[in-house]
Amino acid sequence: MPDATGLELIAQRVRDTVGEEAVTGTSFFRGQATLEVAPDAVHSALAYLKQGDDEPWTNLMSVHGCDYLPEEPRFGVHYQLLSMERADRLNVKTRVGIDDPQLPSVVDLFPTADFQEREVYDMFGVIFDGHPDPRRILMPEDYEGFPQRRDFPMGGEPVLYTFNEDKYPRWYD
Amino acid sequence: MEVTRKRVDGDAIRAQPAEPAASGMRVRQLKAQQMLRGELAGRDLEEFVEERLVFTKLETAQNWARKNCLFPLGFGLACCAIEMITVIGSPRNDLARFGAEAIRFTPRQADLLILSGRVSIKMAPIIRRLYDQMLEPKWVISMGACASSAGMFNNYAVVAGADKFLPIDVYVPGCPPRPEALIYGIMKLQDKIMGEPDMGWRERYQAEGTQEVPAGA
Repeated sequence: MPDATGLELIAQRVRDTVGEEAVTGTSFFRGQATLEVAPDAVHSALAYLKQGDDEPWTNLMSVHGCDYLPEEPRFGVHYQLLSMERADRLNVKTRVGIDDPQLPSVVDLFPTADFQEREVYDMFGVIFDGHPDPRRILMPEDYEGFPQRRDFPMGGEPVLYTFNEDKYPRWYD
Repeated sequence: MEVTRKRVDGDAIRAQPAEPAASGMRVRQLKAQQMLRGELAGRDLEEFVEERLVFTKLETAQNWARKNCLFPLGFGLACCAIEMITVIGSPRNDLARFGAEAIRFTPRQADLLILSGRVSIKMAPIIRRLYDQMLEPKWVISMGACASSAGMFNNYAVVAGADKFLPIDVYVPGCPPRPEALIYGIMKLQDKIMGEPDMGWRERYQAEGTQEVPAGA
């Protein structure tokens, strides 16, 4: 990870090239450098980091979704970048709300984002604009709902344990 | 620990009446010779035939043959599949003793489906299709907690119990089951094949053909 100063320098370069409001914050926590960007600036910020930065961040290692339910905006999407030249990693995080969970797709920059954005869509319902194949990837195509959202029911069937045996009377019927 | 040794009494063993010289194998050989020459007649002939014939019902003989040549489908779902492979495929457990070691990799040739692992809702229609493609008579073993009741994967993605979409003959509990447990399950299935006419699950569901619901319902 870049150190805290290096992170601020990266953030300033992104601000200079992409726009002042593109970077909403930085955090350096337990050795992990995180650049927080605005949702509509994700594509241009990642494009700058991949192509414009000196010693560019060429590899996208992972795209995650995350649901911070009581907070607003609710969904987080995390991009983890790796630079082999720096031998270093950088997190790029963004947040979108439940009303309009849309993000620009980065498949044109990083082909590996294809399946991972599909998975984030499948599990959290975040829509990636410009994705070449925006289908579900893990759940059946006719599945309703986005199961990793925190307000999605767990599913399954009640199981009888000793602590809940009076909650499910005659569960075997 | 004190070990006591008993002296083997050689004289007593030798004193036991030996088999008469002309008994056993030799007598049977001579009798067979006589039979072929046509010299055996009457009670001797009857005894000779009775010794060599087994009478049974056709159905029992059929079930006996089916029970001793189960062909499992080469099909695994999750971690239990690794355990299943060590049971079916390895000489250590040697399922060939019970005649069920010949794995078939097409459902058209298999008659035993071992559901080894959790059944996800996306996999369920595929399994059902495999089951429908298998020829009659066919049997299903649900191996492990997940295939029987979703086990630890009791959530939105897994079918809680494969018996929701297929008739299952034997449930083997465990996570995963010991190899002995799966072998015991297969032997239980063999008992079932031997004991029941092969319409087992159809009788259970009052069904005909491959439908599980009675035609009128």
